[in-house]
Amino acid sequence: MKKIVLLFAITATLFACKDVDEDEVVTTNYNMTFNFTQNWDGEEITNPDYQTTVYTNANGEELTISKLDYLISNITFTDEDGEKTVIEGYNIMNARDGVNTQYSPSRKIPEGEYTVSFTFGFDDEDNIDGAYPELNSNPWSWGVPEMLGGGYHFMRLEGMFADNTGTQTPYLYHAIRAATVIGENPETEDTSFETELGTVTISQDTTIEIKMNVAEWFKNPNEWDLKELNSNLMMNAEAQRMISANGKSVFSLGTVE
Amino acid sequence: MIFFRKTYIIFYVAFSCFLITSCAKDGEDTPKDEGYEPTPLSLEIPPIFQERISPPVIPQDNPQTAEGVALGKKLFFDPILSGDNTLACAGCHAPAEGFSDSRQFSPGIDGIEGNRNSMPLFNLAWNYQENFFWDGRASSLENQALQPVVDPVEMHNTWPNAVSSLQATSDYPELFSKAFGTSNIDSTLVSKAIAQFIRTLISSNSRFDQYLRGEIELTESERNGLQVFEDENRGDCFHCHGDPNNPLWTDNDFHNNGLDKVFEDLGRGGVTGDPREFGEFKTPSLRNLAYTAPYMHDGRFETLEEVIDHYSEGLVYSETIDPLMKTVGEGGVQLTEKDKQDLKAFLLSLSDESFINDPDFQKP
Ligand code: HEC
Ligand code: HEC
Repeated sequence: MKKIVLLFAITATLFACKDVDEDEVVTTNYNMTFNFTQNWDGEEITNPDYQTTVYTNANGEELTISKLDYLISNITFTDEDGEKTVIEGYNIMNARDGVNTQYSPSRKIPEGEYTVSFTFGFDDEDNIDGAYPELNSNPWSWGVPEMLGGGYHFMRLEGMFADNTGTQTPYLYHAIRAATVIGENPETEDTSFETELGTVTISQDTTIEIKMNVAEWFKNPNEWDLKELNSNLMMNAEAQRMISANGKSVFSLGTVE
Repeated sequence: MIFFRKTYIIFYVAFSCFLITSCAKDGEDTPKDEGYEPTPLSLEIPPIFQERISPPVIPQDNPQTAEGVALGKKLFFDPILSGDNTLACAGCHAPAEGFSDSRQFSPGIDGIEGNRNSMPLFNLAWNYQENFFWDGRASSLENQALQPVVDPVEMHNTWPNAVSSLQATSDYPELFSKAFGTSNIDSTLVSKAIAQFIRTLISSNSRFDQYLRGEIELTESERNGLQVFEDENRGDCFHCHGDPNNPLWTDNDFHNNGLDKVFEDLGRGGVTGDPREFGEFKTPSLRNLAYTAPYMHDGRFETLEEVIDHYSEGLVYSETIDPLMKTVGEGGVQLTEKDKQDLKAFLLSLSDESFINDPDFQKP
């Protein structure tokens, strides 16, 4: 008898929980998972490729990749009426080790058809110096020095390329907000950008693949010359503008299921 | 049905055992049986850490307690854990030396030296990846504390022997009982107590911290040194060692910073077996450098001048060199004499005298 009472109590609690959940959502809202993948002109880049697979960029330079960490923010679902549902917040990931490459925000999306977009990096409103404890310290080391206006990196793409003489030379393709004046009173220009992936129909819990074609960072509109632009790019506002321009064709929608 | 009965029997037996053991403990009069709980002791998190970085890592099964920390401290300074009763943890981790060792290699009880420089111990509760040692082979502070006791070139003991030595003393059984509710000492409890003590070793009062708190001004030289540290065209140190928003002054990640062409010590790669990680070592914090010489995993540099010269002119190429060593082609970042001096002044502003003199951290 006691057991039955207990069972009843447990079941009642379970149902009570469920009721609360359903009150909150009312209509059918679905969980979104974003699956970030990386490729070089269609050839998938996975952990064993780092530091070993040699890629050739648009400018004909041979390179390997050691590190690919990047941050995106405010994924936005815009419906046919232009109504926006914004998943506020950021996702920072380490592509090499697959850290955070699956991003499952708690915000749910109602049934419907949407255009999906997100911000690469942080826009000025969110790029607040020191504001995110997770990004300030290990392992991300994501801060931008005060003399460059502070805030955070958007991407650290690092590796080695063969220079004119075939010597392995480091490159550090770091994307940040451009610093147009460097020093005690820095001035900046917002070089984060919004990227639109295309349309998706949401009628169930959905996983959306967001592909990064790393080759595009070196391709268009600016054919990247690593011999000229391989490091100290954070202090180079023009390079940041070029990175921002090239980034617009880097991301695309992959499988939606 | 047979299965059910068997499970039932096993459960019954287990339960009886439990009853029996609890009875046995009753006899020893341990406080646990009276519902004893040690006194919770929360870590004193410095405001700068609170504001800027994520909370410390404290395992759920080893909360900080006043009795646990006190016991851990006693163990840390007590040579009883070593094979011949001569060497304590503190023998290679001296408070005055930032809990490291001024000798390049620290001899163990048999006089044999290892091949790595002792590491300073502070702010380790904020190592979120929990990779300890130069190569990250220990996965928590508890796990780490188990190793030196049995390391043949360190304390060269066995755990059964260490535990029975402790058990045979007049004071330790009671101290364990106060800390963990049982006077039955084992290696897990020893490691838990030591880890609790190590988590209390917090350094957050350097000149630079005082400057961040608005209490003092930096000197002209220290200010320029910070610029050198953060300037991509000069030092570019911050990508690995952090910036003023990261009071840890390390990324706790593994890098090859261009020390050697050929590796005698494979570092991280020796643990993971991944050739892409050969010659990588954990980035050390830059706090308390004034007390922690010599430097690098093998203590090869005696002075900060040598360290700075390494980054400025001494970089050596190897296949796994970190791309952040971007000027390896020219041997380094080529700092001017003045920038070198200022960089050193800035680095020293991260040293915390009140940490090494903290009465809570001295030999009891
Ligand atoms: C014989 C000298 C010696 C003794 C004794 C010794 N250590 Fe160490 N300790 C070292 C050395 C050397 C390293 C670095 C070893 C490595 O990376 O392989 C180290 C590393 C550590 C670390 C890693 C710190 C980090 O940031 O990753 C901790 C923690 C530590 N020791 C705690 C202890 C404790 C606790 C004891 C006593 C149980 C102890 N040590 C006894 C020499 C010693
Ligand atoms: C690529 C990442 C990286 C960069 C950039 C970097 N370091 Fe390091 N640093 C390390 C690593 C890793 C070690 C330990 C290497 C070893 O022992 O093998 C280290 C060691 C040190 C040490 C010795 C600390 C000790 O306790 O032994 C000092 C001091 C230091 N670095 C200062 C600097 C300065 C100054 C700069 C800029 C000029 C700089 N580092 C740039 C990764 C880096």
